[in-house]
Amino acid sequence: MGMTSPSQRVLRATSNGVLLLVLVAFALPLVWLLLASVDTSATLSVKWPEAFTLDNFTTVLTPDLAFVPLANSLVISLGCALLTVAAAVLAAYPLSRYRMRINKPFLYGVLFGTCLPVTAMMVPVYSLFVWLNLIDSVPGTILFLAASSLPMAIYMAKNFMDSVPITLEEAAWVDGASMLKTLTTIVIPLMRPGLAVVFIFVFIGAWGNFFVPFVLLLSPDRQPAAVTIFSFFGQYGSVAYGQLAAFSLLYSVPVLALYVLVSRSLGGASALAGAVKG
Amino acid sequence: MTTTIPSPAVPGTPVRGGRPPRTRGPGATARRSATRALPLLPAVVLLGVFLLGPVIWSFYGSLTDASLTGSAAQGASFVGFDNYLELFSDPDFPKSVLLTLVFLVASAIVGQNVLGLALALLMRSAHRVVRALVGTFVVTAWVLPEIVASFAAYAFFNDTGTLNSMLGLVGIDGPNWLFNLPMVSVILANIWRGTAFSMLVYSAALHDVPQEITESAEVDGARGWQRLVFITLPMIRRSITTNLMLTTLQTLSVFTLIFVMTGGGPGTESSTLPILAYQEAFQFSQLGFGTAIATILLVVGALFSFVYIRALRPEVD
Repeated sequence: MGMTSPSQRVLRATSNGVLLLVLVAFALPLVWLLLASVDTSATLSVKWPEAFTLDNFTTVLTPDLAFVPLANSLVISLGCALLTVAAAVLAAYPLSRYRMRINKPFLYGVLFGTCLPVTAMMVPVYSLFVWLNLIDSVPGTILFLAASSLPMAIYMAKNFMDSVPITLEEAAWVDGASMLKTLTTIVIPLMRPGLAVVFIFVFIGAWGNFFVPFVLLLSPDRQPAAVTIFSFFGQYGSVAYGQLAAFSLLYSVPVLALYVLVSRSLGGASALAGAVKG
Repeated sequence: MTTTIPSPAVPGTPVRGGRPPRTRGPGATARRSATRALPLLPAVVLLGVFLLGPVIWSFYGSLTDASLTGSAAQGASFVGFDNYLELFSDPDFPKSVLLTLVFLVASAIVGQNVLGLALALLMRSAHRVVRALVGTFVVTAWVLPEIVASFAAYAFFNDTGTLNSMLGLVGIDGPNWLFNLPMVSVILANIWRGTAFSMLVYSAALHDVPQEITESAEVDGARGWQRLVFITLPMIRRSITTNLMLTTLQTLSVFTLIFVMTGGGPGTESSTLPILAYQEAFQFSQLGFGTAIATILLVVGALFSFVYIRALRPEVD
């Protein structure tokens, strides 16, 4: 602690004051979510519950309302993340290790893909899926989600792989190990933390995605939680805000937990933003 | 994988089979590059079918009269640029373009960027606890799944929601935000939702500005705002450009937030282009029409990406 001049103290007080105002504005919608979830007579406005109760949670924790949609979310997000990471690591290896003529155009294409407004594409994606007979198909949805998160994943995986030193692989090559063997036994174990980041990044994206499954999956028993929350709102929305908030929280917890995990392990919340090359 | 040996990147390493590396013909070189490029295949197939496919399909579909119901649902026929001509003569389309521009400028370019930069700057001189609290809530709004964030925003701006009951506390009879001021509501909600990204980018950028430079400017008598405008901002201009492009691209494809809060309504008062494309295709069964809007959005997104990638070029090469 150094000496603080009067002007610095004024600056400090102003900063604190302004930030506290911003804090209130940003926190209120989230506080509503928390308070409404423990209030059976919740309204749309923030209010202190008359009695704290977990009734909302017990009401929505039934197979139909919560478990099946959450399981669907898990299947879709896990499938998407596994597929994406596998394809991204395979693609990142030659991009990172060999100087090939297609590296540059491929990386430009990938970079271009990260910028593509996927939301804007959902109408043509729908008609393409009708033509491919993949509407209402969970594997189809997984494939599309994987493809749309792949450009960013390849970019991240390549950056992580570039930081793995090549000397160990050279030794393996001398011993006659194949490319796939070098990749699986040397490179992947060394970049495991990086791969975990890519995996979680893709998983969070797929778990939170609403529009893609909303357009591509039609049967309620195949829809992930994001879509059933929306239909729940349409059916009971005007009466059961508390239940809606409780379900929303249950659905959000995994994403928040994974985010904390990633930002802790990489030191600071800027991990994900940094991965986007800010 | 066992029959072909990927040649080492280091010249002069022994190759199994006793062949000296130098004498291999052009066929072997081609085979070697093909083997090396083989791991790209799964990614290329996925991207080709499910990302490039819809893009091509979009350009083609926008030239047909495809629809979800009726006679055109069976076999779509080629109609040339009719969809585009119709689009430009439909009053909803120019209005939607204008709304999209307003949404982009107000919520991304001005709102998220200015607020994100302001938060990043203020947090440097704030108390540790305040900094941590602000960081947590701002980032939570960004990390939450989009459908949950959209509902929280819907409840906040609803006629009987938190905002109006807060205004009621100080004696103001708040308007029905979602109905009478739909664009203001979705713009504010998108600022709430997306500022974290800009804040994180700018915090990282400010962290990299060497302190000696601002300190020496202070010694030379530069005031706070002068240091900001003439020293700090020029030093982080690369981050500013990058961030402006990224937030613009992200905001261009915002759908869920507006869809949940106002549904594009009342009428088409808050239908930005992604919402209009959805409404035309799925609510009015005009697939070709919706596809034409999607194609225009893709082209606009591509132009933005092009500028962005040119700015990033040194990092790829």
